[in-house]
Amino acid sequence: MTVDYQPMWQELGLDLQAHDDLLQGLGTAYQDIFLSQKNRPRGMAYLDFVMREVHGLRIKELLDAKKTGRKVIGAFCVFVPEEIVLAADAILVGLCTGADFAMEEVEKILPRNTCSLIKSAFGFKLSRVCPYLEAADMVVGENTCDGKKKSYEQLLELIPNLYVMDLPQQKTEDGRHLLRQEYRRFLQVMEELSGVEITVDRLRRGIELTNNKRWALQRLTRLRAANPVPISGLDVLLINQVAFYDDPQRFTESINKLCDELEERIQQKIGAFPADTPKIMLSGCPMAVPNWKLPSLIERSGAVVVGEESCVGERGWRNLTATAGNTVDELLNAIVDRYFQVDCAVFTPNPDRERHVAEMCRDYQADGVIHYSLQFCQPYIIESMPMERRLNDQGSNFLRIETDYSQEDVGQLQTRIEAFIEIIS
Amino acid sequence: MRCAGIDLGSRTIEVVIVEDGQLVASRQAETGFEPVKQAENLLAGEHCDYLLATGYGRHLFETTHGADSQTVTEIKAVAAGCRALLPDVDVILDIGGQDSKVIALNPEGRVRKFEMNDRCAAGTGKFLELTAMSLGFPLDRFGQEALKARKDIQINSMCAVFAESEVTSMVGRGENRLDIAFGLHRSIANRAVSMLKRFSLSGATIGFVGGVAWNPCVCRLLEEQLKTTVLVPENPQMVGAYGAALIASEL
Ligand code: SF4
Ligand code: SF4
Repeated sequence: MTVDYQPMWQELGLDLQAHDDLLQGLGTAYQDIFLSQKNRPRGMAYLDFVMREVHGLRIKELLDAKKTGRKVIGAFCVFVPEEIVLAADAILVGLCTGADFAMEEVEKILPRNTCSLIKSAFGFKLSRVCPYLEAADMVVGENTCDGKKKSYEQLLELIPNLYVMDLPQQKTEDGRHLLRQEYRRFLQVMEELSGVEITVDRLRRGIELTNNKRWALQRLTRLRAANPVPISGLDVLLINQVAFYDDPQRFTESINKLCDELEERIQQKIGAFPADTPKIMLSGCPMAVPNWKLPSLIERSGAVVVGEESCVGERGWRNLTATAGNTVDELLNAIVDRYFQVDCAVFTPNPDRERHVAEMCRDYQADGVIHYSLQFCQPYIIESMPMERRLNDQGSNFLRIETDYSQEDVGQLQTRIEAFIEIIS
Repeated sequence: MRCAGIDLGSRTIEVVIVEDGQLVASRQAETGFEPVKQAENLLAGEHCDYLLATGYGRHLFETTHGADSQTVTEIKAVAAGCRALLPDVDVILDIGGQDSKVIALNPEGRVRKFEMNDRCAAGTGKFLELTAMSLGFPLDRFGQEALKARKDIQINSMCAVFAESEVTSMVGRGENRLDIAFGLHRSIANRAVSMLKRFSLSGATIGFVGGVAWNPCVCRLLEEQLKTTVLVPENPQMVGAYGAALIASEL
């Protein structure tokens, strides 16, 4: 039985016509890209369900939770500490910014040469098609790259409940201090907003829930090193994307169950692709829902993605937060320590990221690395150059790609990707 | 064994037939609006054991021809063809109708790395075509004419569309059209050189293929700037199709 969610969407103030168009487009793309894959693990049925209900059941859950007084926080970046949100008994949802929407309207506010990710956030808001944005009690923006921090000045006019968090750019003691101050301020804001006092126990519980999710994702990653690869990169991308908005506990259980199944598949040598399919690692900008362009091109061209050094991927959950600590302050420090290790390209200098990519490439025995940057994203585009030199020096194949959310360059990209696969196979 | 390579490019389609590794026939036609049909015309009456398609239309061809055809990228095809024609080449510059690329080979002749231009037509055959038209030169004489220039004019636009308007304003200023033509050629050569220089060129033998390699002015400017000879095969437009045919022979 299908539930009629129209009244719910109407109440949220969505533009029903535009929203219908979005869902329809999404449905078709999902069918073509995900459901058409062969040899998918059974456990992916859960993800398919979540995706089908992304604007339905999950939104209803959020609205039901809101009725009981819980708050919903929307976020654009992995620097928003989920531990603290959970400790305030609130819900964190990642806002997807993976599709072009209302670009003409957006370009009245933002310069044309702004990265697609930023434009997309504005597009979703301007066209009123995102129930998460509309359901959020507070949206957190963070001063990372120049594009983001300047655009938040404009976004504030569209999203009055936007809360902007400052972030360090250098991994120095001063930088750590800044992050600590900002997280403390965030903790206070969360307490005020939710009316929940964040105690040691609550914070520890928040840390544990978040860590468990990260653990499950780490476990999944290790399983991908098998030959044949038990799960497609597209499916893992989806898992990484869903990790940002599904209920953390339910998500963790489902991923662990999926991992059990993958372990069996590995035993029986069942792969999503034939054995010895060329393996590619992705590195670079985050890929928010529904940005599936590059991975689907790669996997259609006869290679499999075995790792993603991205915020929607390993950069987002590689590090855990320590649970030791007897005071809120100590736990907060542990949280700061954890996030301080995220090697986003907005940091300068940022040697950890290069090291990490080289290490992943080795651990996953990838045959090559494709570096993905969104057009006009200086932090990642600039880092891609020294990264290429380093990877080439260690004898790894490396391909730099710069693109956006449009489909016009698909032919060109396909040629590059196929040629790259020809080189590595 | 008789094998065909077919290169479905944005401007032209080439077919090369190879028998036991020897080139036996080659044909060319404009791509037009029905590339697959054109390709079929070029192949009419040929019986081949294997057929391999390359070029931007390769997948279109593959879908319509189903199981009888496979594809290879133009990068691998050009590398194979160029190595067969010019065995010493280490780095290949390929400038076609709508894109330009540089391919670096390892000593065995396999592709080591490549660079391609972005989605615009800057620095490609399209650029020469549009600007030749706005200066009133037939495309196939553009290079020879440009070599008669007396003066070196700087053209700033890399974009084919902007270059056209730059040309118009230069004509309006009374500049000589041969000089303008030379400036346009220089701008293509500069772009190609900067793409080439992303690879280590010391001691490398450079091959130049694709439609623009017919242009003597671009060739000369490249040699001047790179301070080395640039090898151009007899028919630089056939290299991709030839390479595809050779790869087909090894299937
Ligand atoms: S790339 Fe940097 S700014 Fe973007 S989500 Fe990741 S951490 Fe945040
Ligand atoms: S880091 Fe890059 S991709 Fe991310 S918001 Fe900034 S410019 Fe866009």
